[in-house]
Amino acid sequence: MKKNNAMTGRLKIHLMFGLILVVSTSVTGADDPNTFNRLMDPPSKRNPSPMTDGIHDPNNNGTQLLQPPKEAFQQLPKGKSGNYIDWMKALQDKKINPRNDRVDTKSQPIIMDLNIVREVKGSMPDVVYPHKQHTEWLDCANCHPAIFIPQKGANQISMASILLGEKCGVCHGKVAFPVSECRRCHSKPKPTKTANKKNKSDKQAK
Amino acid sequence: MFRSSLGKISGFVVFLVLCSSVAYGEYGDVVLNKRSEAEGVRPVVFPHWFHRIRFRCKVCHTELGFEMRAGANDVTMQQIINGEFCGACHNGVIAWPTENCELCHSGKPGTKSGIYGGHETLGPGKW
Repeated sequence: MKKNNAMTGRLKIHLMFGLILVVSTSVTGADDPNTFNRLMDPPSKRNPSPMTDGIHDPNNNGTQLLQPPKEAFQQLPKGKSGNYIDWMKALQDKKINPRNDRVDTKSQPIIMDLNIVREVKGSMPDVVYPHKQHTEWLDCANCHPAIFIPQKGANQISMASILLGEKCGVCHGKVAFPVSECRRCHSKPKPTKTANKKNKSDKQAK
Repeated sequence: MFRSSLGKISGFVVFLVLCSSVAYGEYGDVVLNKRSEAEGVRPVVFPHWFHRIRFRCKVCHTELGFEMRAGANDVTMQQIINGEFCGACHNGVIAWPTENCELCHSGKPGTKSGIYGGHETLGPGKW
């Protein structure tokens, strides 16, 4: 009996050390100060479940009944940021079929296909704003006239104001894809100096 | 003895997990706590992702009258019960009825109102 007790005692100690080792290595792995992309969420922490996301109360009975985002996102096309879902692609590929009306399932949005090109001052490519993609989700009145005055040249937009949650930043950076995806808006390359020179020399040759 | 040590270890692990869970919600999650905690219930967590799978933005942001600005919506439980705002769908027909308090009022006590899970664009644009 005594021998047995000693054996289980040793086993206990081994188990404890094993557990502590596993726990401590996982912790130091996460808190390593010299990792790459130190300030970015590692893929394992993306789309957290309500039980571990830090804003839901895990002691609340209802919390565990809520659907974890990962479960809903399984069949949706992946994106680079935000929810890590390409919502526009999900809509176009009919992976989701969000209602256009609270009750009427047959209601269709009125799509406006008009691109607005905004020439930007800096060296970034010009911004092409597509009404088409926006009217898939939104009504005109959601943006006009409170956020954007529907008149050419009437809206002064800067990246600073967007980052502060104004203009495009009312949605982009909160629910729509964030400003880290520069090229989705800054998508029209400017005519470069060399290209101009080439054009000139072409003309001269003619 | 074995059980108690296991208990200690599992407690320690839970403690570590709780300490490390500083991630703040899914992208677009809104915490509404203008009145909730003052009235003695948990804050509300509104998940944009769940709703945008089922509805286009305009349904809530035009038909139901939700403003586009975080913090601009002053919604009371009485209005919801009367079928306004959340209550337009959360009526037991389209979505769960208001009797399921804990499903919406599921926020961690002390969580402030605002949009969570974002890309650090939470400036003074919250009005």
